[in-house]
Amino acid sequence: MKFEINGESVETTPLPGQVLRTVLRGLDHFEVKKGCDAGDCGACSVLVGGEPVHSCIYPAHRLEGAQVTTVQGLGTPEHPHPLQQSFVDAAGFQCGFCTAGMIVTASTFTEEDKDDLPRLMKGNICRCTGYRSIKDAICGVTNTDHAAAGQAAGSSVRAPAGMRIATGREEYTLDLKTTSLLHLAILGSPHAHARILSIDTSAAEAMEGVQLVLTHLDSPGVLFSTGRHEHRTDDPDDTLVMDPVLRFRGQRVAAVVADTVALAQLAVKVIAVEYEVLPAVFDPDVARAPGAPQLHAEKGEESRIGDPTRNTVAEAHGHIGDVEAALEASAATVSGTWTTQRISHAALETHGTRGWLDKEGRLVLRTSSQVPYLVRDELCHIFGLERDTVRVFAARVGGGFGGKQELLTEDLVALAVLRTGRAVQYELTREDQFRIVPVRHPMRINVTLGASSDGVLTAFSVDQLMDAGAYGNHSIGVMFHSIGESIALYRCANKRVDAQSVYTNNPPSGAFRGYGLGQVIFAVESAMDELARTLGIDPFEMRRINTIVPGDPMIGHAVEEESDLLYGSYGLDQCLDLVETALSSGRGLDAPTGPTWRVGSGMGLAMIASMPPRGHFADTTIALQPGGRYDIGVGTAEFGNGTTTVHTQLAASALNTTVDRVSIRQSDTDIVGHDTGAFGSAGVVVAGKALHAASTSLNALMVERAASLGFPDGVVEADGVRSGDRLVTAAELLESGPLVAIGYHDGTPRTVAFNAHAFRVAVDTASGEVRILQSVQAADAGNVLNPEQLRGQIEGGTAQAIGTALYEEVILDGEGTVLTAAFRNYHVPQMADIPDTEVFFAETHDVTGPLGAKSMSEAPYNPVAPALANAIRDAIGTRPFELPMSRDRLWRLTSGLPVRNPHLA
Amino acid sequence: MDLITVREIRVPRTREEISFAPGEIPLGGGTWLFSEVQEGITGLVDLTGLGWQPIEVTDENLVVAATCTIAEFSRLPAQDGWTAHPLISQCVNSLLASFKIWNVATVGGNICTSLPAGPMISLAAALDATAVIWTIDGHERRMPIASFVTGVRENELAPGEILRAIEYPLENLRSRTAFRRIALSTLGRTGTLVIGRLDADGSLVVTISGGTYRPRQLRFDELPDRGALASAVASIHEWYSDAHGAPDWRHAMSAKFAEEIRIELGGIA
Repeated sequence: MKFEINGESVETTPLPGQVLRTVLRGLDHFEVKKGCDAGDCGACSVLVGGEPVHSCIYPAHRLEGAQVTTVQGLGTPEHPHPLQQSFVDAAGFQCGFCTAGMIVTASTFTEEDKDDLPRLMKGNICRCTGYRSIKDAICGVTNTDHAAAGQAAGSSVRAPAGMRIATGREEYTLDLKTTSLLHLAILGSPHAHARILSIDTSAAEAMEGVQLVLTHLDSPGVLFSTGRHEHRTDDPDDTLVMDPVLRFRGQRVAAVVADTVALAQLAVKVIAVEYEVLPAVFDPDVARAPGAPQLHAEKGEESRIGDPTRNTVAEAHGHIGDVEAALEASAATVSGTWTTQRISHAALETHGTRGWLDKEGRLVLRTSSQVPYLVRDELCHIFGLERDTVRVFAARVGGGFGGKQELLTEDLVALAVLRTGRAVQYELTREDQFRIVPVRHPMRINVTLGASSDGVLTAFSVDQLMDAGAYGNHSIGVMFHSIGESIALYRCANKRVDAQSVYTNNPPSGAFRGYGLGQVIFAVESAMDELARTLGIDPFEMRRINTIVPGDPMIGHAVEEESDLLYGSYGLDQCLDLVETALSSGRGLDAPTGPTWRVGSGMGLAMIASMPPRGHFADTTIALQPGGRYDIGVGTAEFGNGTTTVHTQLAASALNTTVDRVSIRQSDTDIVGHDTGAFGSAGVVVAGKALHAASTSLNALMVERAASLGFPDGVVEADGVRSGDRLVTAAELLESGPLVAIGYHDGTPRTVAFNAHAFRVAVDTASGEVRILQSVQAADAGNVLNPEQLRGQIEGGTAQAIGTALYEEVILDGEGTVLTAAFRNYHVPQMADIPDTEVFFAETHDVTGPLGAKSMSEAPYNPVAPALANAIRDAIGTRPFELPMSRDRLWRLTSGLPVRNPHLA
Repeated sequence: MDLITVREIRVPRTREEISFAPGEIPLGGGTWLFSEVQEGITGLVDLTGLGWQPIEVTDENLVVAATCTIAEFSRLPAQDGWTAHPLISQCVNSLLASFKIWNVATVGGNICTSLPAGPMISLAAALDATAVIWTIDGHERRMPIASFVTGVRENELAPGEILRAIEYPLENLRSRTAFRRIALSTLGRTGTLVIGRLDADGSLVVTISGGTYRPRQLRFDELPDRGALASAVASIHEWYSDAHGAPDWRHAMSAKFAEEIRIELGGIA
């Protein structure tokens, strides 16, 4: 059939059952993204005959004679469509994976439509921004600016990739053509716990187009963890590439490698497997009790599992003082049990890897990873390869939120490439993201607090139980982090902490923004609010009385003898003041009128260490180029975190130039020696610090070089080194050899950052509806390097946390099956759900970070859910203990009914 | 998503060309069909090539072809006396799907998908619209939409039958109506949707959908009092449960909305 794409005539024959998106990407129109493949997210939006449609559900057989317009057809970087320009000017994106669909959709809007954006944009999901900047972009608001030479740090310069993203030119993980590419699909376990007795792959292997079928018999016998950290021993070795024992539904049973995705998926269906179904356990409290089915009992000490005979991945117990005695003597005590649900990261780009062998025979993997170096190292471990025979890199990644600090597709692709010698791709579906990709750990948290009548905390105990799911991956680290800063934030002489991370036959849990802190902070800040209420003390005052101040020891689950965690700066007090002042300003929406509406306000507080403990490493390089340009090499990845922008700012500031002269190569094991990766909010404070050091060194080298050429006392400026009246140009400096500097940072010492959030809400007691009337967050991020980007991180974290607090829930059936495996059944906040948040910055300057900056990526998420819970409590007079505080749950709460698990009733 | 088991798509231009082999099913806009894995479907028969007039107004009925897109339906201007006309927009906006989907999705497709939250079902049931069904033997049969949908993803179409059109009686479009809907989020998939229609003869029909497995109608010869309405709602025992709302909440919201509608349409508080 013939049709037009962006004015160009094409002729192609779609297969029956194919959709427009597949046809477009097959014709190298990679600007059309695959986010959900179900018509829910809008990332694939295109115009057909001028009308916007979701190309992932548009039947391709109708295309004859059609005129299709993609975001590339709207404009080019040289001649952008006004909306493309305004998305750049407004900083209306973070990862940018949704942006093409946003722009295509908005390109059809009239002026009047701009008053109706929440309704019109409900078919476009953004997981990163919180939508305020997207509304700004559609309405033509500029939020970015240009910085003069040397002035970049501290100004809201644009993300370097902005125009490429807005015009559909930026490549994400799978946006490139590879000829004769094979595709991989897996057969998932139908059982929550089973042993494979036999597996017959002959029918699949006999199918035309099938190149390879892999089973546990093909798997290396090396146990590893999908969770990745600097030290591989941080995570339990309990996983195989393919395991003869299946411990959750959907776990890999077999993998087919075939000429097309469809062939691979069809071949999976004819694999015959005989299973021995094993007893399964789905409740962590039951799983840790004697007699429960054991998931990893056969594994020894070398797997570093807490106690395989009790299904405990890890546990922690610690105390100072005497909590029981202190509670006895307390004027007021509060106790409760809070629960949190499974959350899907819902990054719009699903996990995917494409692998091949390069000319030298090296294994090359292009993957959607936050941690390419750690993935490479672990693949070398699993497959017995030398580091110089493996290259792992990431193009721009379409969102992460912790979900891509995990080795989930790379191992299978590596195996398939090594076996076939051919290029192989494995792309997870959105359904896979819900069913088999680790979710945020569900937790049950008991908190007991005691205080004297003047509000001084006397006793503080936390008992935390978390469902690790079938494999340990991040469940040790998340457990320890969950009971760290959440508890250390408060000064109290008597503390007790117990925590257990327990295996079940549910799908695995894993790293998620906040890394366990958010769950415990929800409980602790709720309990603190209740305690203040019991004592008749204002919640802000309660925090002022009890939060740590510089000099106080930070005591979480343990009293650490030696810690590298410092008060590099301290803005907690400012955060409290800023939020309290904003909340009392009277700003915000008016409450709905009516006898069933109740209004309330509440706040929550969070502390976070600026980076993970025990070392986070980054090597960086910077080289002067002719013409006064700079070429930066960093290992860390860009997935909407904005570190690339900040890196250009740090280099430009140190070298007295402008950001447009700085180019970055990144997230590739070929570029620098090592980088632990983009997690733990480390992109600015580790790689950025290393890069700033490299840039400063290069500045000195340039001055030195100029002096050696006879031009002393030089000062670096945009076009070279100025010595008196003489400008020694970059080209002159480079005549006697290259000028390259390296920088390194080891992630220590660390500092702490603070966030306070407050809400004023109205709750309809008749329906459970919550309306947010005012939302305020103050962040202590140290010296703010890019105010607009930081605002975006805070708004995005707030939006994701509002999703967690009110809407999102990966629901299981109680037997390990996920019931919500599509966006239509798992409600990621839409534009209509997210209020604008007033964002304030504390004025601090940190001694540890680059130019006084602190990290601020995970942190803004953490105080939001308790702030909202406390506001709802204030409004309705009853405390919600369970997330999400969905309308049906709140209605049950206000009706005096049991809240628990309404969807399973 | 690509439907990988589909081997053929046929686009009939006349009724005679419509036929279904085993594994073949009718295709409307495709926005639902292509949004989920369709196990065992080997062929699609695309009804959108039949060239059916999307919307016609006869002496007695507003006739909407099954293949009329939701976008076309939503742009239908009101005619004199169509006091119920706002219901069209209210129901269209009750779709979880955005306006972009409306450009492709069809009215008949929404009804035949027969999900509890299908708002084209809510609209047609509330207006006591009639399904026009093309039978295998080349004839037509008619039945109320309210009883056409029998359960979650279940309806009265026999294999090989297709929904041809929906007839909305003009008389009912002239009735006064009231509309209430709630979801777990502002624009989310319907938890429950309640429409009241007060006819010229003073009778009231309350149609509940979304919260129930299939549309449920409560009929009254005149505006009931509070108690009579409440006990009628209470007589519905099957409330739907999925990720979009707990059944007891859907029940309570339906009862609340029914009472609000009764008052709005003139009932005594």
